[in-house]
Amino acid sequence: MAPVSTERDLRLDLFRGLALWLIFLDHIPSNAVSWITIRNYGFSDATEIFVFISGYTAAFVYGRAMQVNGFLVAAARVLKRAWQIYVAHVFLFAIYLAEIAYVAKSFDNPLFAEEMGVLDFMKNPDVTILQALVLKFKPVNMDILPLYIVLLLWFAPILWLLLRAPSLALILSAGLYTLMWMFDWNFEAYPSGTWAFNPYAWQLLFVFGAWCALGGAQRLSRWINSPAIIGLAFAYLLFAFSIAMTWYFPRLGVFVPKFVGESIYPIDKTNLDVLRILHFLSLAVITVWLVPSHWPALKSKFFWPAIVCGQHSLGVFCLGVFLSFAGHFVFTEVSNGVLTQVIVSLAGIAIMVATAVLISWYRVIERQGSGPRPPATKTGYAGSDA
Amino acid sequence: MMRRLPLLLAIILLASSAVNAVEHPAECRVAENLVDSNFALRQVPRAIADKHLTILVIGAGSSLLPGANGSKDAYPARLQVALSQLLPGVDVNVTTDVKPKRSAADMVKALPQALAAAHPQLVIWQTGTVDAMQGIDPDQFSQALDRGINIARSAGADVVFINPQYSPRTESMIALGTYAENMRWVALQQEVPLFDRFGIMKLWGDLGTFDLYSATKKLDMAERVHDCIGRLLADLVIGAAKQSEPHAEGGR
Repeated sequence: MAPVSTERDLRLDLFRGLALWLIFLDHIPSNAVSWITIRNYGFSDATEIFVFISGYTAAFVYGRAMQVNGFLVAAARVLKRAWQIYVAHVFLFAIYLAEIAYVAKSFDNPLFAEEMGVLDFMKNPDVTILQALVLKFKPVNMDILPLYIVLLLWFAPILWLLLRAPSLALILSAGLYTLMWMFDWNFEAYPSGTWAFNPYAWQLLFVFGAWCALGGAQRLSRWINSPAIIGLAFAYLLFAFSIAMTWYFPRLGVFVPKFVGESIYPIDKTNLDVLRILHFLSLAVITVWLVPSHWPALKSKFFWPAIVCGQHSLGVFCLGVFLSFAGHFVFTEVSNGVLTQVIVSLAGIAIMVATAVLISWYRVIERQGSGPRPPATKTGYAGSDA
Repeated sequence: MMRRLPLLLAIILLASSAVNAVEHPAECRVAENLVDSNFALRQVPRAIADKHLTILVIGAGSSLLPGANGSKDAYPARLQVALSQLLPGVDVNVTTDVKPKRSAADMVKALPQALAAAHPQLVIWQTGTVDAMQGIDPDQFSQALDRGINIARSAGADVVFINPQYSPRTESMIALGTYAENMRWVALQQEVPLFDRFGIMKLWGDLGTFDLYSATKKLDMAERVHDCIGRLLADLVIGAAKQSEPHAEGGR
């Protein structure tokens, strides 16, 4: 059984924090500031970063718990975490209902009669709310937490296997991904269709993150630091960037050979397209190469706001979803000028950082308040978010 | 969809020198440069030469306007007026098969009958919004689009797509993204001209040409928007028809 290293990699917190900011910015519709987010410059986006790092930290935190306290205790903690996320999701749904109810009451325009039909589900709340509670009805932009819940529900046995036969666990995960593509497996959604983030597909990135946390990253380090791989990663990022440019400047599209277009489109986010995985891996290789784990700047004040957000990802994520609703609300009710968009975006990130700081502070006083604790729960970051 | 902003700016700069055949109202012209077809229509030029052009608009709720004059003011009727002006001497007839809340697959089912009734040389297909609202599997949406194109073409008609409206108030509740992208991709693969209603309305919204946020029961703004859409759609049809003339080179 591979020992789980005990030192938390600050890069994980940094990039998860950044991913949370990007998700917030991307979730505000028509936000000019979302220009800066990575989805505009290649195939993958902040979701891949978030899912990978969540898998990594879950293995890091619960892997150690499983080694120290055994399967049962670790599994119980994983399920408790899934429950917390479920409660958070339902809370967000309540906020969404409030927003929808307001819009339904206050907005009328014959030009958009069809679009207003999206509010029709308010006419039969009995079905809709039940379907939301069983995670079948998911409003726009509320897909990531249900995915996270499902991934955690499966996670204890996977972690058990990862600790014993990591390669086998990864192969099984890749096998499930392949079967999903062969047989079109996905979870059903309400009122029709399937989950926007297919758990059978996205589990691959989560398990891969976990695999990296449990020694896989070290095994890979010789490969990913080789000039050939770094060169390939750069080449692929450049390719993705060139393709992305044709989305904004369709006239550039003539330079894309037909067979390239036919083989890459559509780039499927629901089922985590291979092109997206490769793009994420390329980004990861370049990032690991540029940012060494003991880079002193990671402890500087400059990166600290993102790191503190990354350390309290669930709370900050939920806040981000709420703030993106609120931001869109400001656009519709006050102004949607570019200046407003910049202010709303910056204010949102500031609120996310302030809240993360508050959660950190509260956790410290909570520990002090509850008196001395058994040493097992104090080590490292065990109390931090998975 | 913000990612198209640079595109908009670039096109405004590049194409501000374009020459207009018929003067549209200034508010319509704001978005004129977004009307750009890189694919040719083949049946329409023949129909124009025969002085007899029949168009079938198949669509859902956003092809309608309420009220007593709704059918006269909605964009299909405005298209007929604009095309008649642009094509003097040609008998232009726009028929519609439009009902709210229909997905692309629903419309494909209704298509053969509508084609048999109208015998059009051009099918203008407005879709995407309802599929996005119902969260229909994006693959099935794309397949329905492909089927519809094949049915229309085998009945001897060209096809033009109209993508969803830009509706800022409901933007955070309807995830149009995947559906608009799939539509764009099917259009590209099948060489179907796409009328980018979303991009056009977004530009109007961003520039304040029309206040798309306004909460009102009044129809005046909706009527002006539909009038402009009808006019710009006419430009697209004419432009795409010209592309198949012998002196013009193909789409790409």
